[in-house]
Amino acid sequence: MKAAVLVFPGSNCDRDLAVALRAAGFDVAMVWHKEDTLPPGTDLVGVPGGFSFGDYLRCGAIAARAPIVPALADHVNKGGYAIGICNGFQVLLETGLLPGALMRNAGLTFICRDVSLEVATNDSVFTADYAPGEKIVLPVAHHDGNYRADAGTLAALRAEDRIAFTYGEEVNGSSEAIAGILSANRRVLGMMPHPERAADPVLGRIDGGRLFAGLAAGLTPEAATA
Amino acid sequence: MKARVHIMLKEGVLDPQGEAVARALGAMGFDGIEGVRQGKLIEIDLSAPDADAARAEVERMCESLLANTVIETYSVEILG
Repeated sequence: MKAAVLVFPGSNCDRDLAVALRAAGFDVAMVWHKEDTLPPGTDLVGVPGGFSFGDYLRCGAIAARAPIVPALADHVNKGGYAIGICNGFQVLLETGLLPGALMRNAGLTFICRDVSLEVATNDSVFTADYAPGEKIVLPVAHHDGNYRADAGTLAALRAEDRIAFTYGEEVNGSSEAIAGILSANRRVLGMMPHPERAADPVLGRIDGGRLFAGLAAGLTPEAATA
Repeated sequence: MKARVHIMLKEGVLDPQGEAVARALGAMGFDGIEGVRQGKLIEIDLSAPDADAARAEVERMCESLLANTVIETYSVEILG
């Protein structure tokens, strides 16, 4: 299984994401944003957290127009897997690969703490290792995590069971407490909480490690044909 | 040629920053605040054959980068 982690100026969770993916069994290549192709055979693209391009204009807006992004879009449009975490989620929304937008937190403060989450669906390779409705705890660290979408998009996300995680407490004012969503083909996940920061027992929490373990297990049978 | 782009959150999209500014103004004693919306102003210097061409080009910039039309609206002013 091969993963590519995109790196933008200002990314700061890229190495943590690579460590978590390697621990789950992925071969990981770091791909600078000025590249215009992904390594051959890439199964999964990781778009990491951080402050790409200083959050200038809007979080993720400039990264979403970087030279590597057409290759990411091509990968996704061909049914490839991708995960965007925190700023990576903002990038995926700005590219239009996932619907909606993330606005300034309702309380206007940067929020950096562990939060309780509910696994809203386990019908995806990203959430397959969890039980539906399971309560987990992951850290968040963001200023713009307030998920917004029009009523039709929210209804579609609900009807198609594409809400992956919801907050179990008030965090940032997100519509319907949405913390993470899936693409229509369930192969792209965007989420604000940081599973890669809760994937090693040394760091005290391992709930996030199960996301990568489930992902590795889910992709293994397909690796040969992906 | 100079263009000025105003970007605002769409009507109906909650603007937490505007609300905080409104509360602060009220707390400072400014009476009669009925609402505050905060947006962005971007000025662009560009070469273009005429104002219509400049407007078309800047509108393309708005659609492709400057505004997130999921939550924002924009208006373009060509200053000549």
